[in-house]
Amino acid sequence: MSHPDKKRLRRSMMFLNCQKPSLIKDPYIYKPDSIMLDLEDAVAESEKDAARYSLYHALQEIDYRGVERVVRINGLDTPHWQEDIRVCVAGGCDVIRIPKVETPNDVRVVERAVAIAEGEFGVPQGRTLLMAAIESCMGVMNVYDTCRSSDRLIGIALSGGDYTKDLQTSISGTGVELNGARQQLIIAARAAKVQCFDTVYTNLNDMEGFRNEVQMIKTMGFDGKSIINPRQIPIVHEIYTPTAKDIVFSEKVVREIDEKKAKGIGVFTVDGKMIDIAFYDGAKRTIELAKAAGVYKGDL
Amino acid sequence: MLNAVGREIPDEILEQTGKEPFQGNHYKDGVPFTKSGPTIIPVMNNEHSKLVKDLHEALVKCGAHDGMTISFHHHFRDGDLVVCMVMEEIHRMGLKNITICASSLGKAHNALVPMIEDGTITNIESSGVRGNIGKAISEGKLQGLAVMRSHGGRVRAIVTGETHVDIAFIGAPTCDDYGNCRGVGGKTDCGVLSYSYVDGNHADKCVAITDCLVPYPNYPPHISQTKIDYVCVVDAIGDPSKIATGAAKPTTDQRKLLMAEYCTQVVANTPYFKDGFSYQTGVGGASIASTISLTKIMEERGIKMGFGVGGLTKPMCDLLDNGLVRVLLDTQDFDLDAIKNVKNPNHHRISAGAYANPLNKGAFVNKLDYVILASLEVDIHFNCNVVVGSDGYITGAQGGHPDTAQGAKCTIVICPLLQGRIPAICTDVTTVTTPGESIDVVVTDYGVAVNPKRQDLLEALQKADCVPLKTIEELRDIAYSIVGEPQPVQFADRVVGIIEARDGTIMDVVRQVKPFAFKEN
Repeated sequence: MSHPDKKRLRRSMMFLNCQKPSLIKDPYIYKPDSIMLDLEDAVAESEKDAARYSLYHALQEIDYRGVERVVRINGLDTPHWQEDIRVCVAGGCDVIRIPKVETPNDVRVVERAVAIAEGEFGVPQGRTLLMAAIESCMGVMNVYDTCRSSDRLIGIALSGGDYTKDLQTSISGTGVELNGARQQLIIAARAAKVQCFDTVYTNLNDMEGFRNEVQMIKTMGFDGKSIINPRQIPIVHEIYTPTAKDIVFSEKVVREIDEKKAKGIGVFTVDGKMIDIAFYDGAKRTIELAKAAGVYKGDL
Repeated sequence: MLNAVGREIPDEILEQTGKEPFQGNHYKDGVPFTKSGPTIIPVMNNEHSKLVKDLHEALVKCGAHDGMTISFHHHFRDGDLVVCMVMEEIHRMGLKNITICASSLGKAHNALVPMIEDGTITNIESSGVRGNIGKAISEGKLQGLAVMRSHGGRVRAIVTGETHVDIAFIGAPTCDDYGNCRGVGGKTDCGVLSYSYVDGNHADKCVAITDCLVPYPNYPPHISQTKIDYVCVVDAIGDPSKIATGAAKPTTDQRKLLMAEYCTQVVANTPYFKDGFSYQTGVGGASIASTISLTKIMEERGIKMGFGVGGLTKPMCDLLDNGLVRVLLDTQDFDLDAIKNVKNPNHHRISAGAYANPLNKGAFVNKLDYVILASLEVDIHFNCNVVVGSDGYITGAQGGHPDTAQGAKCTIVICPLLQGRIPAICTDVTTVTTPGESIDVVVTDYGVAVNPKRQDLLEALQKADCVPLKTIEELRDIAYSIVGEPQPVQFADRVVGIIEARDGTIMDVVRQVKPFAFKEN
């Protein structure tokens, strides 16, 4: 049976440095869908053990009030990742984000280590979910197989900084250099029925640019975006919040399909638009987004 | 004796001060009293010169003596040079047992500590004390009592004669040779001289100290020649860079913005938010952010403010410039934009007495609909502490907090749930400075609590479903669940200061701190 949280809403995933108690003590007040406690790039090489210690106690002691707790572990090419996984599992994190995934085997290696750790710490097998960060051209080329590599995998995320370095270019602000990867990731994720998350937007002084980018990635089909500051959260949630018109239309679609299906009717019209069963999941998702955003008052 | 906020006021303090314990906000409402007046020396001789060559001459001519009370204003804030220059001269003259009655004292006055230690200064009356003076008082170095009173309370104490000022020193950005003082112009422009009006009216002697002597008459004056005995010209009365700076950049701290948004929603969804409403806010990041976000809602709904009052900042002045408030009433300017804005014909100076004296025939604070305040601690009885830090040291000032909190119809206190590792929402505040009966709504980053006596506001906010509502006990419990319940600060027995209520009764006492010691089991 699939993990109940595998498909949960993940519009915003906020990076937090595990070494900074002031950041990790109560990020839930900003209401992100997920937080990403970072053991990797934000933590100095000499402080990896201290960050793990802090992470373990945060996971054990702090009530994150329903906000999903993702941990970014160190890469498989470092001496840290195995101990990172033990601490994540022992602490009880929800999702482990694997950086620099290039092949499906990278995910499987982590999956095995997680299963062993779950056994070691008495955590139910399969409780700990995984996500894969795609940070290289090779990662992009293999992304569909990566998406299908593990039942634990909730989705994939693009890491634009490393990816553009590998592409021998840099972040331009226009998004043109990320177009190919974004398209390929979202297509692969949808084909494999896992979620897909966009890269961070690092210029905190350009909120208009951030807004435009979130609007674009939502249109492309992404489930959400990695973020680096709480002030980005309201914008993501606003853009991912369905309009009143969308909600009313989706409600009609869901109700009509349920009703017409019972009567054996496959195709019909709602507000002048042709509707069939293919619209069902999309309409349901709109209702779920509206519920998550606190704007849904209906009974579906 | 226990007072109305449940604080034990020692009998010896009641005897020593002749004061009563606090008995509720309206204890002195409608109770007649006779104003106290100064003894003045008239000037009829048209040959008389008020100019003195230095502060020494001013002090001698004013009859400075041991045990006198002298007063100051704090419009120059952290850039003030007047208090220290006067006290240094008094110190040189060897005078002792001086009482300082200042509208506030802060870091600019750290040089007074040795004068506290050697008995030059033995009593301090102030809105509060920041910096090293607060530390010195908390450590028991002041021989007498420190009296902390609100801006309105200070005016009340002087008007009733409870505090009799022998010599008032008024730092004046511009002044003429006959004593007409203005708060604008010169090198140390501070915009207004509101705190000094009462000193001018009630002190026996008034000395204007200026670094910008201007041709007579310096008109219209904020403190008139009719109040001033002597004029002393010095090199500098303040450091302009520390009096006011450019307007603070709007905060980008998401926690403050979150609280600001909750605060704005509370204002926008309570019944007083309608055309012509009145409003005051402080200078904290969240308060300023709240004013900015409230502006947007005012524009959307076509609502204009009737008047804004208090210490002013750029966002309030922007409201005036944009036609969103009819009148600004100014007691203090916190940034250069506010100082410049005094030129606007609808930006009016008012005295601290008109603003907040509880014993006049109705202060401006009584006409406030909303006031947005901050607090170091708030307890489950809604009592606030804005003077004594959670470590027991005197570290803040009452300012207009108790005045506006009592006066406004809807008093909102913004306070993060935790100050570092200290729970700011707690069972009992370290020291009560503003009584819970004055506080209507507490806004934290974890939710909003409404005082149960304000069921009308609670119902309005429940109906609007605009903020996460919690009880104050729930907020306290969340705070304790995160950082634990702190052990009470350990104090020594000696009372070093009193927190005076607006009406002159005693709200609480402040005791000498002592180093923390672990109790043996």
